[in-house]
Amino acid sequence: MSLSARLTRILSSVILYGLLIGVSLFMMLPFVWMLSTSLKPADEVFGYPPIIISPNFSLNAYKYVIEEYGVLRSLLNTFIVATAATALQLFFCSLGGYGFAKYKFPGQGVLFSLLLATMIVPFVIVMVPLYLIMRDFHWIDTYWPLVIPWAANAFGIFFLRQYISGISDELLDAARIDGASEFGIYRRIIFPIIIPGLTSLGLIIFMTTWNSFLWPLVILKTPENFTIPLTISSLTGQVGRTVWNEYMATAVLSILPLLIIFLAFQRRFVEGITAGAIRG
Amino acid sequence: MTTDSYMVRSLPTPTTRRHGLWHDMVKARWPYLFVSPFYILFTVFFLYPVVFSVYLSFTEWTGLGPIKFVGLSNYAFLLKDKVFWQSMLNGVILFFMYVPILTLLALVLAVVLNSRRIRGFQIFRTLIFMPYVTNMVAAGFTFRLLLQQKNGLVNIMLGALGISPLPWLESIWGARVSLCLLVIWFWLGYNMVLMLAGLQTIPYELTEAALIDGANPAQAFLYITIPLMRPVILFCVVLSTMGTFSLFTELLALFQSTLGRGPMNATVTPIVHIFDQAFRYFRFGPASALAYVYFLFIFILTLLQVFYVSRQEA
Repeated sequence: MSLSARLTRILSSVILYGLLIGVSLFMMLPFVWMLSTSLKPADEVFGYPPIIISPNFSLNAYKYVIEEYGVLRSLLNTFIVATAATALQLFFCSLGGYGFAKYKFPGQGVLFSLLLATMIVPFVIVMVPLYLIMRDFHWIDTYWPLVIPWAANAFGIFFLRQYISGISDELLDAARIDGASEFGIYRRIIFPIIIPGLTSLGLIIFMTTWNSFLWPLVILKTPENFTIPLTISSLTGQVGRTVWNEYMATAVLSILPLLIIFLAFQRRFVEGITAGAIRG
Repeated sequence: MTTDSYMVRSLPTPTTRRHGLWHDMVKARWPYLFVSPFYILFTVFFLYPVVFSVYLSFTEWTGLGPIKFVGLSNYAFLLKDKVFWQSMLNGVILFFMYVPILTLLALVLAVVLNSRRIRGFQIFRTLIFMPYVTNMVAAGFTFRLLLQQKNGLVNIMLGALGISPLPWLESIWGARVSLCLLVIWFWLGYNMVLMLAGLQTIPYELTEAALIDGANPAQAFLYITIPLMRPVILFCVVLSTMGTFSLFTELLALFQSTLGRGPMNATVTPIVHIFDQAFRYFRFGPASALAYVYFLFIFILTLLQVFYVSRQEA
C-alpha cells in the first residue's frame, strides 16, 4: 500500500472513531451526571467547578427518597403492573397470533384488516371516552385500566402471527393425528417453539408499561398508587423544594431495573424492536 | 378431526361449500375462540370510544350532568384556537429542527458500524441504544438539570470555550433546541438499530463492487445505500413525524412549571393541548374535536410522505 493510501486510511479511521466516540459521549453524559448528582450533597449540585465524584459522596439522597417519598413502593407498583401487562399480553396475543397464522375461517380477512386499522388510530382519539369508561367501571386509581384494555393488542398479535407462520404445518397435523386438541397444540407445540419471540415481545411490553406516563397520569390519583414515572414527576410538586440530588437518586432507581434487563437480554431486545418494525 | 376444513394445509375442499357458511363457522370455533379476546376488548375499549368521541365532539360536557348538544361549535372554536394552531406549527418547526439530523445521523452511524472496519461494534451499539430504555421523565429531569442557565453543566462547559451562559430552557428557541437534544438523545439508538437491520438486507458485495470500480465511500453511500434503504428511512421518518406531534412526557418533564407548554407556548404540542382541555379544564367536547382534527392531519401527512417516496421510486 502506498504511503498516501495508508494515510487516507488512518485519517478516515480517526474520523469514524471520532464520530462514534463523540456520539457515545453525548449518550453517556446524562447517565453520568444523573448518577454523579444523586451522590452529592444538595448544596454541591451546582458547585463550581463541577466535579463528578464529590469528596462528601453519600447515599443520603437515596435514603431520603426511599424513606420520605416511598420510591421503593412505586418501584414495586410499577413492577406489578408491568409484569401483569406482560403476562396477559403474551398469552392473549400468542393465542390470537396462532388463530390468524394457522387457521382459515370465514371473515378472517375482514377481521385482520380491522385489527391492523387499530394501529393507525392515535391514543388521544380514545383517551377521553376510555377515561369515562374507567370511571363508570369504578376503576379510577386502580391498575386495571393500565393492563386490561391492551391485554390482546394488534401489535402483539401481528408480531406473533409472523413468528408462528414459520412453524411447519406437518408438525401441527402430526399432533392432531396423535389426538391433541387445538388448545393442546398451542400449549404443547406452538408455545415452546415461540419462546424466543415471546421473550423479545415481552421485553418490549415490559419496558413500554414500565415507562408509560400519559395514561397512568390520567388514571392514578393517590401517590401511594403511583408508578415510578409519576412519582418522579410529582417530586417537584412539593412546595419550594428543588433538590436535584433527590430527583436524580429517584431517576437512577427508576432506570436501573430496565437497564439491567436490557444489558442482560440485549440481543433479544434489539431483535424485538427490529422484527416489529421492519416486517411490520 | 384430522381433515377439518379450516386447517391451513388441508386439501382444497369443494365439500366446504356444500355445507355452507354456518357449517364453516361452527367448524372454525377454535380459531374464533383464539382471536376473540382481541375483538371483545376492541369493542369495549376501542370501537365504542372511537364512536363516542365523535359524538362528544359535537357536545359540551364536563363529565358530570347532562350532555349538551352544540352542533359544530367546537369545530368553530377550534378554528380560532390560537394555542392549537401554535401547537401544530410547533410540530412542523420541531420536525424540521431534528428529524433530518436524527435520521441522517442514525443512517451514518449504522453504515459506519456496519462497515466491518470498526472494532467494538457491540459497545458502541449498546451505548448509543441505552437511552431508549430509560423512562422519559427521568431523562427529561436530567436534561433540565444539565441545561440550567446558572451553573448547569452544559453552560459551564460552554463557558470553558468562552461562551456566556445560554437561556436553554427559558427562551423560545433555546427551549426548542433543548427539546430536540432530548429527543435525539433518546431516539438515535432506536433509529440506528432499525437502519442497521435494514443495512443487513443489502448485500455487502454491492457496495464492495462499487468501491472496486472506483467509487469513493461517499458516492457508494449516496448512490447505493440511500436508494436501497429508502423503505427503512421512510419508516423512520414517518415514525418521527407522528412522534413529533405527539410529544408529551418529554415536555412535561422539561417544562414542568409551564405544564409542558414551554416559554410563550414555544413547545406546546397537540397532545399537550388536548390533554389540558380534557383533564385540566374538563372540556371533553373541544378536546374530542381537537383530537379528530389532529388525527386527520397526521393521517394525511403520513399518506403524503408515503406517496412522495413511492412516487420517487417509480
